[in-house]
Amino acid sequence: MERSLTLIALFAALIAALGLIPKFTLGFGVPITAQTLGVMLCGTVLGARRGGLAVLLFIALVALGLPLLAGGRGGLGVFATPSTGFLIGWPVGAFVCGLIMERSRRLPVAWAAGIASVLGGIVVIYVFGVAGLMRALDKSALESLSLVTAFIPGDLVKAVLAGLITAGLARARPASLLSRG
Amino acid sequence: MISLTSPVETRAHGWPAGAKLAALCAATVVLFATDALLWHGVFLALTLGLYALPGALFLRTGVVRLKPLWIFAAVILLWHLVTADLLAGLVIVMRMMTAVALANLVTMTTRLSDMMGVVRWLLTPFRAFGLRTDVVELAMALVIRFTPVLADKGRMLALAWRARAVRRVGWRIITPFAVLAIDDAEHVADALRARGGL
Repeated sequence: MERSLTLIALFAALIAALGLIPKFTLGFGVPITAQTLGVMLCGTVLGARRGGLAVLLFIALVALGLPLLAGGRGGLGVFATPSTGFLIGWPVGAFVCGLIMERSRRLPVAWAAGIASVLGGIVVIYVFGVAGLMRALDKSALESLSLVTAFIPGDLVKAVLAGLITAGLARARPASLLSRG
Repeated sequence: MISLTSPVETRAHGWPAGAKLAALCAATVVLFATDALLWHGVFLALTLGLYALPGALFLRTGVVRLKPLWIFAAVILLWHLVTADLLAGLVIVMRMMTAVALANLVTMTTRLSDMMGVVRWLLTPFRAFGLRTDVVELAMALVIRFTPVLADKGRMLALAWRARAVRRVGWRIITPFAVLAIDDAEHVADALRARGGL
């Protein structure tokens, strides 16, 4: 109980901290926020239930008015912008990520985490995000998707990194990889 | 930790947070109920009027917080310029700006402790299903406390990287960063258990 609570809280804080240290690039000179990488890691490391709760906790604190999103954004206004669907998709994405991770124990950690991140961290989050865009902008699904295709390559890179990082964590702290525990 | 509450103390700071949130919900429903350009002009003007009431500093802070919306506004207006339906585009942009501005207004005039009070009230019914609201509140406090701690540790990691490597700080720093978070979590869990647990 205590361990679940502190791991959930610290991973929520990790997502926030990943947004606070903006100075790193993912190899192509494009600075992208590492926060969605944090969302993927919540699922692949903590598993479905705890990972989803960690991201939900993070989103709740953003809604309460803490500037935890990259660029110091936060507050209720964030949930009125057209891109809010992505944010709402984050906890679900982390949950699906964790679920796939838990159900693919026969695969090596890096592969399982990578696949889980693509399905949970990209597909699920984009479904929510595109639905939000459709509603806010009054556009069809394809039109909305075309507005965000530019971000998909970066997200695929993040999914690969999530796989590698999860494998690293599995070696460094095997007991804390709750998704495989 | 820095919060998004306004630098100016307004009269709305004293109003109950629940009432402000309910008013925000009602206002958002109204915003989505109409498609008339005239009405959306009135709504936006009224909202900016609310921002102007506490003075120039409040208005300026509020307008700066709307800045991230310009990219959406630009894309929508361009799109509707191409489809020759500029009026519909204007309605969408104005509705978006009013909705975000009103929501920001609630955040700017409500303290974190008051918001937490609303969360506690909203979660109370779930106690019947076994939800421990005190645990939820402890989790929130832990995140607020540990975000700056972790961010500092991340900065130290980046410094250590720069001291040893020629290349720029890259993704490889995230693994030790996450290990630090895991270790902190294990230590805090031990500390909680040592003090009697949950």
